[in-house]
Amino acid sequence: MKVHVQTEVNGEAVEFLCDPTTTLLEVLRDNLGLRGSKEGCGTGDCGACSVELDGALACSCLILAAETQGRSVATIEGVATPEALHPLQSHLLKSAGLQCGVCTPGIVVAAKHLLEQDPNPTEEAVRYFLAGNLCRCTGYDKIIRAVLDAAAEMRGEAA
Amino acid sequence: MQGFAYEAPSSLEALRARLAAAQGAGELTQVLAGGTDLLVQMKQGQRAPGLILDIKRVGETQALAVDGDTLVIGASVPAAKAKAFPLVAEAFPGLAHAIDLIGSSQIQGRASLGGNLCNASPAGDTIPALIANGFEAQILTAEGLRTLPVEAFVTGVGKNALAAGEVLLALQAPVPGPRSGDAYQRFTPRTEMDIAVVGVGARLTLDDAGVIASARIALGAVAPHAFLAEAAGAALVGTRGEPEALEAAAAAAMEAAKPISDKRGSADFRRRICGVLVKRVVAQALERCTTEGAK
Ligand SMILES: Cc1cc2nc3c(=O)[nH]c(=O)nc-3n(C[C@@H](O)[C@@H](O)[C@H](O)COP(=O)(O)OP(=O)(O)OC[C@H]3O[C@@H](n4cnc5c(N)ncnc54)[C@H](O)[C@@H]3O)c2cc1C
Ligand code: FES
Ligand code: FES
Repeated sequence: MKVHVQTEVNGEAVEFLCDPTTTLLEVLRDNLGLRGSKEGCGTGDCGACSVELDGALACSCLILAAETQGRSVATIEGVATPEALHPLQSHLLKSAGLQCGVCTPGIVVAAKHLLEQDPNPTEEAVRYFLAGNLCRCTGYDKIIRAVLDAAAEMRGEAA
Repeated sequence: MQGFAYEAPSSLEALRARLAAAQGAGELTQVLAGGTDLLVQMKQGQRAPGLILDIKRVGETQALAVDGDTLVIGASVPAAKAKAFPLVAEAFPGLAHAIDLIGSSQIQGRASLGGNLCNASPAGDTIPALIANGFEAQILTAEGLRTLPVEAFVTGVGKNALAAGEVLLALQAPVPGPRSGDAYQRFTPRTEMDIAVVGVGARLTLDDAGVIASARIALGAVAPHAFLAEAAGAALVGTRGEPEALEAAAAAAMEAAKPISDKRGSADFRRRICGVLVKRVVAQALERCTTEGAK
Protein backbone atom coordinates (compact mmCIF):
# COMPACT_ATOMS: atom_id res chain seq x y z
CA MET A 1 0.00 0.00 0.00
CA LYS A 2 1.21 3.49 -0.84
CA VAL A 3 1.60 6.09 1.86
CA HIS A 4 0.23 9.60 1.36
CA VAL A 5 2.63 12.20 2.74
CA GLN A 6 2.13 15.91 3.24
CA THR A 7 5.23 17.76 4.24
CA GLU A 8 7.20 20.93 3.65
CA VAL A 9 10.33 21.15 1.54
CA ASN A 10 12.35 24.38 1.55
CA GLY A 11 9.35 26.24 2.94
CA GLU A 12 6.87 24.99 0.36
CA ALA A 13 4.04 22.56 1.06
CA VAL A 14 4.45 19.34 -0.93
CA GLU A 15 2.41 16.19 -1.19
CA PHE A 16 3.35 12.81 -2.60
CA LEU A 17 2.46 9.13 -2.66
CA CYS A 18 5.22 6.65 -2.01
CA ASP A 19 5.92 3.08 -1.08
CA PRO A 20 6.78 2.72 2.66
CA THR A 21 10.24 1.47 1.65
CA THR A 22 11.09 4.69 -0.22
CA THR A 23 13.74 6.90 1.34
CA LEU A 24 13.52 10.67 1.56
CA LEU A 25 16.51 10.86 -0.80
CA GLU A 26 14.62 8.86 -3.44
CA VAL A 27 11.53 11.05 -3.10
CA LEU A 28 13.57 14.25 -3.34
CA ARG A 29 15.37 13.12 -6.46
CA ASP A 30 12.76 11.01 -8.25
CA ASN A 31 9.37 12.45 -7.22
CA LEU A 32 10.18 16.08 -6.53
CA GLY A 33 12.96 16.60 -9.07
CA LEU A 34 15.33 17.98 -6.43
CA ARG A 35 18.52 16.29 -7.61
CA GLY A 36 21.02 18.37 -5.64
CA SER A 37 21.19 15.76 -2.86
CA LYS A 38 23.35 12.87 -4.07
CA GLU A 39 23.53 9.20 -3.23
CA GLY A 40 27.16 8.33 -2.58
CA CYS A 41 26.73 5.25 -0.42
CA GLY A 42 23.14 4.84 0.79
CA THR A 43 24.39 3.79 4.24
CA GLY A 44 25.13 7.01 6.15
CA ASP A 45 28.86 7.02 5.50
CA CYS A 46 29.44 9.77 2.91
CA GLY A 47 27.14 12.71 3.72
CA ALA A 48 26.39 13.52 0.05
CA CYS A 49 22.66 13.21 0.82
CA SER A 50 22.70 15.65 3.80
CA VAL A 51 19.47 17.52 4.54
CA GLU A 52 17.84 19.06 7.59
CA LEU A 53 14.70 17.47 8.99
CA ASP A 54 12.94 19.80 11.43
CA GLY A 55 16.26 21.58 11.78
CA ALA A 56 18.28 18.44 12.57
CA LEU A 57 21.13 17.57 10.23
CA ALA A 58 20.63 14.07 8.79
CA CYS A 59 21.40 11.71 5.93
CA SER A 60 18.31 11.57 3.70
CA CYS A 61 19.35 8.07 2.54
CA LEU A 62 18.56 6.86 6.09
CA ILE A 63 15.16 8.56 6.44
CA LEU A 64 11.97 6.91 5.24
CA ALA A 65 9.96 9.38 3.18
CA ALA A 66 6.90 8.42 5.24
CA GLU A 67 8.61 9.77 8.36
CA THR A 68 8.47 13.33 6.98
CA GLN A 69 4.67 13.59 7.32
CA GLY A 70 3.94 17.01 8.86
CA ARG A 71 7.65 17.82 9.26
CA SER A 72 9.83 20.27 7.42
CA VAL A 73 12.74 19.37 5.18
CA ALA A 74 15.53 21.70 4.03
CA THR A 75 17.74 20.71 1.09
CA ILE A 76 20.59 22.25 -0.89
CA GLU A 77 18.05 23.73 -3.30
CA GLY A 78 16.88 26.10 -0.55
CA VAL A 79 20.32 27.48 0.27
CA ALA A 80 20.92 30.09 -2.44
CA THR A 81 18.43 32.85 -3.21
CA PRO A 82 17.51 33.76 -6.79
CA GLU A 83 19.72 36.83 -6.31
CA ALA A 84 22.83 35.39 -4.74
CA LEU A 85 24.77 32.32 -3.79
CA HIS A 86 25.21 31.60 -0.09
CA PRO A 87 28.66 32.75 1.15
CA LEU A 88 29.60 29.08 1.59
CA GLN A 89 28.87 28.46 -2.07
CA SER A 90 30.77 31.50 -3.32
CA HIS A 91 33.77 30.67 -1.13
CA LEU A 92 33.79 27.05 -2.30
CA LEU A 93 33.97 28.38 -5.86
CA LYS A 94 36.60 30.99 -5.00
CA SER A 95 38.82 28.51 -3.10
CA ALA A 96 38.37 25.75 -5.70
CA GLY A 97 36.81 23.66 -2.93
CA LEU A 98 35.18 21.36 -5.46
CA GLN A 99 36.16 19.32 -8.47
CA CYS A 100 33.54 16.75 -9.52
CA GLY A 101 31.05 18.39 -7.16
CA VAL A 102 29.33 15.25 -5.92
CA CYS A 103 30.14 15.94 -2.27
CA THR A 104 29.48 19.70 -2.52
CA PRO A 105 25.73 19.90 -1.81
CA GLY A 106 26.16 17.79 1.33
CA ILE A 107 29.12 19.90 2.45
CA VAL A 108 27.17 23.13 1.99
CA VAL A 109 24.13 21.81 3.90
CA ALA A 110 26.29 20.49 6.76
CA ALA A 111 28.57 23.54 6.96
CA LYS A 112 25.57 25.87 6.95
CA HIS A 113 24.12 23.90 9.87
CA LEU A 114 27.43 24.25 11.74
CA LEU A 115 27.71 28.01 11.15
CA GLU A 116 24.16 28.53 12.38
CA GLN A 117 25.15 26.87 15.67
CA ASP A 118 28.64 28.31 15.88
CA PRO A 119 29.40 31.37 13.72
CA ASN A 120 33.09 31.30 14.70
CA PRO A 121 34.31 27.69 14.68
CA THR A 122 37.97 26.74 14.93
CA GLU A 123 39.55 24.88 12.03
CA GLU A 124 39.56 21.76 14.20
CA ALA A 125 35.84 22.14 14.92
CA VAL A 126 35.09 22.45 11.19
CA ARG A 127 37.16 19.36 10.42
CA TYR A 128 35.39 17.31 13.12
CA PHE A 129 31.96 18.58 12.16
CA LEU A 130 32.46 17.67 8.49
CA ALA A 131 34.05 14.26 9.21
CA GLY A 132 30.94 12.58 7.82
CA ASN A 133 31.22 14.37 4.45
CA LEU A 134 33.58 12.41 2.25
CA CYS A 135 35.31 14.04 -0.72
CA ARG A 136 37.36 11.93 -3.09
CA CYS A 137 38.70 14.86 -5.12
CA THR A 138 39.88 17.88 -3.20
CA GLY A 139 41.87 16.56 -0.26
CA TYR A 140 39.61 18.62 2.06
CA ASP A 141 41.96 21.55 2.73
CA LYS A 142 40.30 23.91 0.27
CA ILE A 143 36.88 22.96 1.60
CA ILE A 144 37.88 23.75 5.18
CA ARG A 145 39.43 27.03 4.05
CA ALA A 146 36.24 27.97 2.19
CA VAL A 147 34.09 27.26 5.26
CA LEU A 148 36.35 29.37 7.51
CA ASP A 149 36.37 32.21 4.95
CA ALA A 150 32.59 32.07 4.56
CA ALA A 151 32.21 32.15 8.35
CA ALA A 152 34.44 35.23 8.52
CA GLU A 153 32.45 36.96 5.78
CA MET A 154 29.16 36.10 7.51
CA ARG A 155 30.51 37.61 10.76
CA GLY A 156 31.20 40.78 8.81
CA GLU A 157 34.98 40.33 8.88
CA ALA A 158 37.03 40.57 5.72
CA ALA A 159 37.79 37.07 4.48
CA MET B 1 14.44 -3.04 0.99
CA GLN B 2 11.81 -5.74 1.16
CA GLY B 3 8.23 -4.46 1.53
CA PHE B 4 6.80 -3.48 4.91
CA ALA B 5 4.00 -1.44 6.41
CA TYR B 6 4.91 1.80 8.20
CA GLU B 7 3.00 3.21 11.16
CA ALA B 8 3.76 6.01 13.60
CA PRO B 9 1.47 5.86 16.65
CA SER B 10 1.26 9.18 18.48
CA SER B 11 0.53 8.07 22.04
CA LEU B 12 1.67 5.48 24.53
CA GLU B 13 -1.76 3.83 24.48
CA ALA B 14 -1.78 3.64 20.67
CA LEU B 15 1.74 2.22 20.65
CA ARG B 16 0.89 -0.43 23.24
CA ALA B 17 -2.31 -1.40 21.40
CA ARG B 18 -0.48 -1.65 18.07
CA LEU B 19 2.27 -3.78 19.60
CA ALA B 20 -0.31 -6.13 21.11
CA ALA B 21 -2.21 -6.42 17.82
CA ALA B 22 1.00 -7.08 15.88
CA GLN B 23 2.02 -9.74 18.37
CA GLY B 24 -1.42 -11.36 18.16
CA ALA B 25 -1.23 -11.41 14.35
CA GLY B 26 2.34 -12.74 14.40
CA GLU B 27 3.59 -9.73 12.41
CA LEU B 28 7.38 -9.41 12.46
CA THR B 29 7.68 -5.93 13.96
CA GLN B 30 10.68 -3.66 14.19
CA VAL B 31 10.69 -0.46 16.20
CA LEU B 32 12.14 2.56 14.38
CA ALA B 33 13.89 5.40 16.21
CA GLY B 34 16.60 7.22 14.21
CA GLY B 35 17.01 4.39 11.71
CA THR B 36 20.81 4.66 11.57
CA ASP B 37 21.19 0.97 12.35
CA LEU B 38 17.82 -0.32 11.21
CA LEU B 39 17.72 1.21 7.72
CA VAL B 40 21.29 0.12 7.02
CA GLN B 41 20.46 -3.41 8.19
CA MET B 42 17.29 -3.53 6.06
CA LYS B 43 19.08 -2.21 2.98
CA GLN B 44 21.69 -4.90 3.46
CA GLY B 45 18.99 -7.55 3.77
CA GLN B 46 19.89 -8.42 7.37
CA ARG B 47 16.38 -7.59 8.57
CA ALA B 48 13.06 -7.87 6.77
CA PRO B 49 10.26 -6.80 9.12
CA GLY B 50 6.62 -6.81 8.01
CA LEU B 51 5.80 -3.78 10.15
CA ILE B 52 7.87 -0.75 11.08
CA LEU B 53 6.61 1.05 14.16
CA ASP B 54 8.09 4.55 14.32
CA ILE B 55 8.09 5.60 18.00
CA LYS B 56 9.29 9.18 17.56
CA ARG B 57 5.77 10.62 17.73
CA VAL B 58 5.20 9.12 21.18
CA GLY B 59 6.00 12.06 23.47
CA GLU B 60 7.51 9.92 26.25
CA THR B 61 10.27 8.72 23.90
CA GLN B 62 11.23 12.35 23.15
CA ALA B 63 11.50 13.40 26.82
CA LEU B 64 14.72 15.11 27.90
CA ALA B 65 14.35 16.40 31.42
CA VAL B 66 15.43 16.41 35.03
CA ASP B 67 12.67 14.96 37.18
CA GLY B 68 13.58 15.63 40.84
CA ASP B 69 17.03 14.09 41.10
CA THR B 70 16.63 11.81 38.08
CA LEU B 71 17.85 12.54 34.55
CA VAL B 72 15.41 11.17 31.95
CA ILE B 73 16.45 10.69 28.31
CA GLY B 74 13.62 9.48 26.08
CA ALA B 75 14.51 6.43 23.99
CA SER B 76 14.24 8.22 20.64
CA VAL B 77 15.97 11.52 21.54
CA PRO B 78 18.68 12.08 18.92
CA ALA B 79 22.32 12.16 19.99
CA ALA B 80 22.84 15.80 18.95
CA LYS B 81 20.06 16.89 21.31
CA ALA B 82 21.07 14.62 24.20
CA LYS B 83 24.72 15.69 24.25
CA ALA B 84 23.75 19.39 24.20
CA PHE B 85 21.32 19.08 27.14
CA PRO B 86 22.95 21.22 29.87
CA LEU B 87 22.82 18.59 32.63
CA VAL B 88 24.28 15.92 30.33
CA ALA B 89 27.10 18.23 29.24
CA GLU B 90 27.84 19.40 32.81
CA ALA B 91 27.26 16.41 35.08
CA PHE B 92 27.86 13.56 32.60
CA PRO B 93 30.80 14.73 30.48
CA GLY B 94 31.90 11.11 29.92
CA LEU B 95 28.49 10.14 28.57
CA ALA B 96 28.38 13.33 26.47
CA HIS B 97 31.73 12.34 24.96
CA ALA B 98 30.50 8.80 24.23
CA ILE B 99 27.45 10.28 22.48
CA ASP B 100 29.68 12.63 20.53
CA LEU B 101 31.71 9.68 19.23
CA ILE B 102 28.71 8.16 17.42
CA GLY B 103 29.25 8.44 13.67
CA SER B 104 29.16 11.91 12.14
CA SER B 105 27.22 15.13 12.70
CA GLN B 106 24.59 13.77 10.28
CA ILE B 107 24.30 10.45 12.14
CA GLN B 108 24.05 12.28 15.46
CA GLY B 109 21.11 14.28 14.12
CA ARG B 110 19.10 11.05 14.15
CA ALA B 111 20.82 8.28 16.15
CA SER B 112 19.25 7.77 19.56
CA LEU B 113 20.77 6.42 22.77
CA GLY B 114 17.82 4.04 22.96
CA GLY B 115 18.64 2.66 19.52
CA ASN B 116 22.33 2.40 20.34
CA LEU B 117 21.38 0.36 23.42
CA CYS B 118 18.66 -1.80 21.78
CA ASN B 119 20.92 -2.59 18.84
CA ALA B 120 23.30 -4.00 21.47
CA SER B 121 26.47 -3.93 19.42
CA PRO B 122 29.36 -5.07 21.64
CA ALA B 123 31.10 -1.86 20.49
CA GLY B 124 28.16 0.57 20.92
CA ASP B 125 29.81 3.64 22.42
CA THR B 126 27.10 4.84 24.78
CA ILE B 127 26.53 1.47 26.46
CA PRO B 128 29.60 1.39 28.77
CA ALA B 129 28.97 5.06 29.65
CA LEU B 130 25.32 4.32 30.47
CA ILE B 131 26.29 1.31 32.62
CA ALA B 132 29.03 3.21 34.48
CA ASN B 133 26.56 5.99 35.25
CA GLY B 134 23.99 3.58 36.68
CA PHE B 135 21.34 4.18 34.01
CA GLU B 136 18.16 2.12 34.09
CA ALA B 137 16.07 1.16 31.08
CA GLN B 138 12.39 2.02 31.45
CA ILE B 139 10.42 -0.52 29.44
CA LEU B 140 6.84 -0.37 28.17
CA THR B 141 5.23 -3.80 28.65
CA ALA B 142 1.79 -5.11 27.69
CA GLU B 143 0.50 -4.34 31.20
CA GLY B 144 2.54 -1.39 32.39
CA LEU B 145 6.16 -0.46 32.88
CA ARG B 146 9.23 -2.25 34.18
CA THR B 147 12.79 -1.15 34.73
CA LEU B 148 16.08 -2.96 34.29
CA PRO B 149 19.63 -1.76 34.93
CA VAL B 150 21.35 -1.21 31.57
CA GLU B 151 23.93 -3.92 32.40
CA ALA B 152 21.06 -6.42 32.55
CA PHE B 153 19.43 -5.03 29.39
CA VAL B 154 22.18 -6.11 26.98
CA THR B 155 22.37 -9.89 26.81
CA GLY B 156 24.45 -10.79 23.76
CA VAL B 157 25.73 -9.65 20.37
CA GLY B 158 22.75 -7.71 19.01
CA LYS B 159 20.53 -9.12 21.78
CA ASN B 160 18.61 -7.33 24.49
CA ALA B 161 16.25 -8.26 27.32
CA LEU B 162 13.07 -6.94 25.66
CA ALA B 163 10.35 -9.56 25.35
CA ALA B 164 8.17 -9.62 22.22
CA GLY B 165 5.78 -6.67 22.34
CA GLU B 166 7.99 -4.63 24.67
CA VAL B 167 9.60 -1.29 23.81
CA LEU B 168 12.29 0.77 25.52
CA LEU B 169 10.68 4.06 26.57
CA ALA B 170 13.44 5.97 28.29
CA LEU B 171 16.77 5.84 30.06
CA GLN B 172 17.09 7.29 33.52
CA ALA B 173 19.87 7.84 36.04
CA PRO B 174 20.37 9.61 39.35
CA VAL B 175 21.80 13.10 39.00
CA PRO B 176 25.30 12.81 40.52
CA GLY B 177 26.04 14.62 43.78
CA PRO B 178 29.20 16.51 44.66
CA ARG B 179 32.72 15.02 44.30
CA SER B 180 31.62 12.75 41.48
CA GLY B 181 32.90 12.40 37.92
CA ASP B 182 32.52 10.17 34.87
CA ALA B 183 34.62 9.48 31.79
CA TYR B 184 34.48 7.39 28.61
CA GLN B 185 37.28 6.67 26.17
CA ARG B 186 37.56 4.30 23.27
CA PHE B 187 40.45 3.07 21.18
CA THR B 188 40.08 3.33 17.40
CA PRO B 189 42.68 3.51 14.63
CA ARG B 190 40.99 6.69 13.29
CA THR B 191 39.69 9.56 15.43
CA GLU B 192 36.30 9.83 13.67
CA MET B 193 33.85 7.52 11.89
CA ASP B 194 35.29 4.31 13.32
CA ILE B 195 34.14 1.47 15.58
CA ALA B 196 35.57 0.96 19.07
CA VAL B 197 38.25 -1.72 19.38
CA VAL B 198 37.82 -1.28 23.14
CA GLY B 199 35.64 1.21 25.05
CA VAL B 200 35.78 1.93 28.79
CA GLY B 201 33.40 4.00 30.93
CA ALA B 202 33.81 4.97 34.59
CA ARG B 203 31.89 6.85 37.27
CA LEU B 204 33.67 7.62 40.55
CA THR B 205 32.42 9.34 43.70
CA LEU B 206 34.69 10.51 46.52
CA ASP B 207 33.89 10.93 50.22
CA ASP B 208 34.64 14.31 51.82
CA ALA B 209 38.15 13.16 52.69
CA GLY B 210 38.90 12.53 48.99
CA VAL B 211 38.78 8.73 49.23
CA ILE B 212 36.95 6.84 46.48
CA ALA B 213 33.61 5.79 47.99
CA SER B 214 32.11 4.21 44.90
CA ALA B 215 33.47 3.22 41.50
CA ARG B 216 31.69 1.71 38.51
CA ILE B 217 33.81 0.59 35.56
CA ALA B 218 32.12 -0.74 32.40
CA LEU B 219 33.87 -2.36 29.46
CA GLY B 220 32.80 -2.43 25.81
CA ALA B 221 33.98 -4.47 22.79
CA VAL B 222 35.82 -7.03 24.93
CA ALA B 223 32.91 -9.49 25.35
CA PRO B 224 29.64 -10.34 23.53
CA HIS B 225 28.06 -7.34 25.27
CA ALA B 226 29.20 -4.39 27.37
CA PHE B 227 29.32 -5.21 31.08
CA LEU B 228 30.02 -3.85 34.55
CA ALA B 229 33.49 -4.95 35.69
CA GLU B 230 32.68 -5.11 39.38
CA ALA B 231 36.11 -6.26 40.53
CA ALA B 232 37.75 -3.34 38.73
CA GLY B 233 35.52 -0.89 40.58
CA ALA B 234 36.06 -2.70 43.89
CA ALA B 235 39.85 -2.38 43.47
CA LEU B 236 39.47 1.42 43.61
CA VAL B 237 37.09 1.79 46.55
CA GLY B 238 38.91 2.93 49.70
CA THR B 239 41.89 4.27 47.71
CA ARG B 240 42.69 7.73 46.41
CA GLY B 241 43.34 6.40 42.94
CA GLU B 242 47.09 5.99 43.57
CA PRO B 243 49.14 4.36 40.79
CA GLU B 244 48.95 0.93 42.52
CA ALA B 245 45.15 1.23 42.77
CA LEU B 246 44.94 2.03 39.05
CA GLU B 247 47.15 -0.98 38.28
CA ALA B 248 44.92 -3.20 40.39
CA ALA B 249 41.77 -1.93 38.65
CA ALA B 250 43.38 -2.43 35.23
CA ALA B 251 44.45 -5.97 36.16
CA ALA B 252 40.92 -6.81 37.35
CA ALA B 253 39.42 -5.42 34.11
CA MET B 254 41.88 -7.38 31.96
CA GLU B 255 40.95 -10.50 33.91
CA ALA B 256 37.22 -9.87 33.35
CA ALA B 257 37.62 -9.08 29.62
CA LYS B 258 36.85 -11.98 27.27
CA PRO B 259 37.76 -10.42 23.91
CA ILE B 260 37.81 -12.11 20.52
CA SER B 261 40.35 -11.67 17.73
CA ASP B 262 39.03 -10.04 14.56
CA LYS B 263 40.18 -7.60 11.88
CA ARG B 264 40.11 -4.74 14.40
CA GLY B 265 42.53 -6.36 16.83
CA SER B 266 43.66 -9.61 18.39
CA ALA B 267 42.27 -10.77 21.72
CA ASP B 268 45.63 -10.14 23.38
CA PHE B 269 45.86 -6.61 21.95
CA ARG B 270 42.32 -5.84 23.10
CA ARG B 271 43.01 -7.10 26.61
CA ARG B 272 46.09 -4.92 26.94
CA ILE B 273 44.37 -1.84 25.51
CA CYS B 274 41.57 -2.48 27.97
CA GLY B 275 44.05 -2.20 30.85
CA VAL B 276 45.54 1.01 29.46
CA LEU B 277 42.13 2.61 28.92
CA VAL B 278 40.92 1.70 32.43
CA LYS B 279 43.84 3.63 33.91
CA ARG B 280 43.28 6.65 31.65
CA VAL B 281 39.53 6.72 32.19
CA VAL B 282 39.80 6.39 35.97
CA ALA B 283 42.39 9.19 36.06
CA GLN B 284 40.10 11.42 33.98
CA ALA B 285 37.03 10.65 36.09
CA LEU B 286 39.05 11.31 39.25
CA GLU B 287 40.12 14.69 37.94
CA ARG B 288 36.47 15.52 37.24
CA CYS B 289 35.54 14.57 40.83
CA THR B 290 37.61 17.45 42.08
CA THR B 291 36.75 19.94 39.33
CA GLU B 292 33.32 19.61 37.72
CA GLY B 293 31.97 17.31 40.42
CA ALA B 294 32.98 19.57 43.29
CA LYS B 295 30.71 22.43 42.23
C1 LIG C 1 28.02 5.89 9.41
C2 LIG C 1 27.68 5.39 10.79
C3 LIG C 1 28.62 5.50 11.81
C4 LIG C 1 28.32 5.02 13.10
N1 LIG C 1 29.26 5.16 14.07
C5 LIG C 1 29.00 4.72 15.33
C6 LIG C 1 29.96 4.84 16.38
O1 LIG C 1 31.05 5.38 16.19
N2 LIG C 1 29.63 4.38 17.62
C7 LIG C 1 28.43 3.81 17.87
O2 LIG C 1 28.17 3.41 19.00
N3 LIG C 1 27.50 3.66 16.90
C8 LIG C 1 27.77 4.09 15.64
N4 LIG C 1 26.83 3.95 14.66
C9 LIG C 1 25.58 3.27 14.99
C10 LIG C 1 24.62 4.23 15.70
O3 LIG C 1 24.27 5.28 14.82
C11 LIG C 1 23.42 3.46 16.14
O4 LIG C 1 23.75 2.42 17.03
C12 LIG C 1 22.36 4.38 16.77
O5 LIG C 1 22.71 4.87 18.04
C13 LIG C 1 21.06 3.61 16.85
O6 LIG C 1 20.03 4.51 17.16
P1 LIG C 1 18.84 4.78 16.13
O7 LIG C 1 17.94 5.73 16.84
O8 LIG C 1 19.35 5.16 14.82
O9 LIG C 1 18.20 3.32 16.13
P2 LIG C 1 17.43 2.51 14.99
O10 LIG C 1 18.30 2.25 13.84
O11 LIG C 1 16.11 3.15 14.74
O12 LIG C 1 17.19 1.16 15.83
C14 LIG C 1 18.26 0.31 16.16
C15 LIG C 1 17.72 -1.04 16.63
O13 LIG C 1 17.12 -0.92 17.91
C16 LIG C 1 15.72 -1.18 17.84
N5 LIG C 1 15.11 -0.13 18.64
C17 LIG C 1 15.36 1.20 18.52
N6 LIG C 1 14.71 1.89 19.48
C18 LIG C 1 14.02 0.96 20.20
C19 LIG C 1 13.17 1.06 21.34
N7 LIG C 1 12.91 2.24 21.91
N8 LIG C 1 12.64 -0.07 21.83
C20 LIG C 1 12.91 -1.27 21.25
N9 LIG C 1 13.72 -1.43 20.18
C21 LIG C 1 14.27 -0.32 19.67
C22 LIG C 1 15.35 -1.14 16.38
O14 LIG C 1 14.26 -1.98 16.09
C23 LIG C 1 16.62 -1.62 15.73
O15 LIG C 1 16.74 -3.01 15.79
C24 LIG C 1 27.08 4.42 13.36
C25 LIG C 1 26.12 4.32 12.34
C26 LIG C 1 26.41 4.80 11.07
C27 LIG C 1 25.37 4.67 9.98
S1 FES D 1 24.25 8.58 0.44
FE1 FES D 1 23.53 9.08 2.39
S2 FES D 1 25.35 9.16 3.53
FE2 FES D 1 26.06 8.45 1.61
S1 FES E 1 34.64 17.33 -5.32
FE1 FES E 1 34.50 15.31 -6.03
S2 FES E 1 33.94 14.25 -4.21
FE2 FES E 1 34.32 16.22 -3.48
